[in-house]
Amino acid sequence: MPANRFNAFTDYGIGIGLRIPHYKHIFDKKPVVDWFEIISENYMVDGGRPLATLDRILERYRVVQHGVSMYFGSTEPLNKDHLRRLGALVKRTRTPWLSDHLCWGSVDGTYSHDLLPMPYTFEAAKITARKVREARDFLEVPIAVENVSSYAEFHMSEMTEWEFLNEVVERADCGILLDVNNIYVSSRNHDFDPYEYLNSVPVERVAQIHIAGHSKFQKYILDTHDHPVIDPVWKMYEHAICRIGPTATLLEWDDRIPSFDEVHVEALKAEKYIHAPALVTL
Amino acid sequence: MTLLELQRRMARAIMRPLTGADRIAPNTDARYIKPNDRLNASERLEIYSRSYWFRVLDSLYDDFPGLRAVLGQRAFHQLSRAYLADCPSRSFTLRNLGSRLADWLQRHPEYAGRRSALAIDMVRLEWAHIEAFDDAAAKVLGPEDLLELGPGFRAGLQPYIRLLDLEYAVDDLRIQVNRASDERGVASNAALKQRHREVTRRVSRSKPKRIFLAVHRRNYMVYYRRIEAEEYRLLGALRDGLPIGKAIRYAFESSSASTDEQRSKLETWFAAWAELGWLCPLKSRRVTQ
Repeated sequence: MPANRFNAFTDYGIGIGLRIPHYKHIFDKKPVVDWFEIISENYMVDGGRPLATLDRILERYRVVQHGVSMYFGSTEPLNKDHLRRLGALVKRTRTPWLSDHLCWGSVDGTYSHDLLPMPYTFEAAKITARKVREARDFLEVPIAVENVSSYAEFHMSEMTEWEFLNEVVERADCGILLDVNNIYVSSRNHDFDPYEYLNSVPVERVAQIHIAGHSKFQKYILDTHDHPVIDPVWKMYEHAICRIGPTATLLEWDDRIPSFDEVHVEALKAEKYIHAPALVTL
Repeated sequence: MTLLELQRRMARAIMRPLTGADRIAPNTDARYIKPNDRLNASERLEIYSRSYWFRVLDSLYDDFPGLRAVLGQRAFHQLSRAYLADCPSRSFTLRNLGSRLADWLQRHPEYAGRRSALAIDMVRLEWAHIEAFDDAAAKVLGPEDLLELGPGFRAGLQPYIRLLDLEYAVDDLRIQVNRASDERGVASNAALKQRHREVTRRVSRSKPKRIFLAVHRRNYMVYYRRIEAEEYRLLGALRDGLPIGKAIRYAFESSSASTDEQRSKLETWFAAWAELGWLCPLKSRRVTQ
């Protein structure tokens, strides 16, 4: 039974990111995996091996699309070519929902290819929410926005990050991809209580959860996705699941990628928590 | 400050070239960022600036291994920084980051020194490689389509094929670079150094040698196929929408091949193209006689 109207996919269980170094293992061994998350942009091409590979994956596995360059928070309009290509991919994968980040990354047509932090202002929330709605209406698929890790804050911010997240998703009437590792990273970089953040997330909007590892430097923490998940993040995940209920969960591992089995074993640690009954009754 | 003003200021700051020590440039505008008790505003901005530059530099590094071999690591790095400062990404995907590199290098040959012509050819080949890898494929013309083959018939060329007229035989060099790269991780250090020396030697001995190349793919692998000058002209004319009769006349208009030789070449080429699936319907043009 769906946990909420944005989380109709409680049966999705635990997925892992589809990454090139694992292709051979997946095709040779055909491991049992609940679902794969793909980076949409890697497959927004016109032909060749990327799409052929994706089609082979789709024959056997459920796939959910995750984007990195929609830039809902950029002031410029959504890129039409991007949307058209994304729409074609949505038809191909039949992704049940689609996620991208609550950030900006382009201005005046120039792209940073990074997930740049938003100033938490009402103007930014309004612009961001409008673009989320436009994308959803064009793509005709539910959209979930992901909270990003950040390393900078702005003088012009008018609210906390979690208040901003709530403002955007309420205005856009969209889902949330809750990245608990990102909350942890940002809480350490900006000295806030990550549980205050977690407890303010509207559980009725959480469609998916991300977990990942990160790198600790002397003065800040960087979201590198190149380590196992640390215990404090697992504890936060447990807390999130207790609030939200069973939710599609994905382990991100994007750099210094170990074997498929190592990544999968790390992801499956989430099984210990994922079936906990939600404490919040909707 | 509006959101747009903030984003313009921050993007300009992040995309300013780093110093030689990979630090954010002095006096970069960071006043809109709040410091904390560990990092000042400029240091916080620097995290993003370094991340930006490392990401785009890595992307070019991965996409142009042949150019790296031609220039050497240091010159390649300098060229990359200058190119990216002039031509930041205008696409949502990093795949297109090098799309303007050949044109830019033609305007800035100083970044390749005396090897600029070789470097430009290598960039053209490597960009064609990227495009051939994942561009669209159209339905292949089959025997039933070719029943109506005649001088007025128009055929298109597969969208993923790129035709190149090059001053240097960079295809061989790029293949050698690939081979050296493939051996990384399996070959000994001594063997890798030997491969590196061979590539360097080949670069230093490169002499102009005009070649015509079709960069294409088969079974999702990209290949470089040397083609004759007339074949290059013919394929280009077909892609441009000329009917086969006119395209053939254009291809051979300055050729010394006899009529028999032309016929023989055409038979060979069409057989090869059919086997490789290079011809497709010309959809974008209306056929008018």
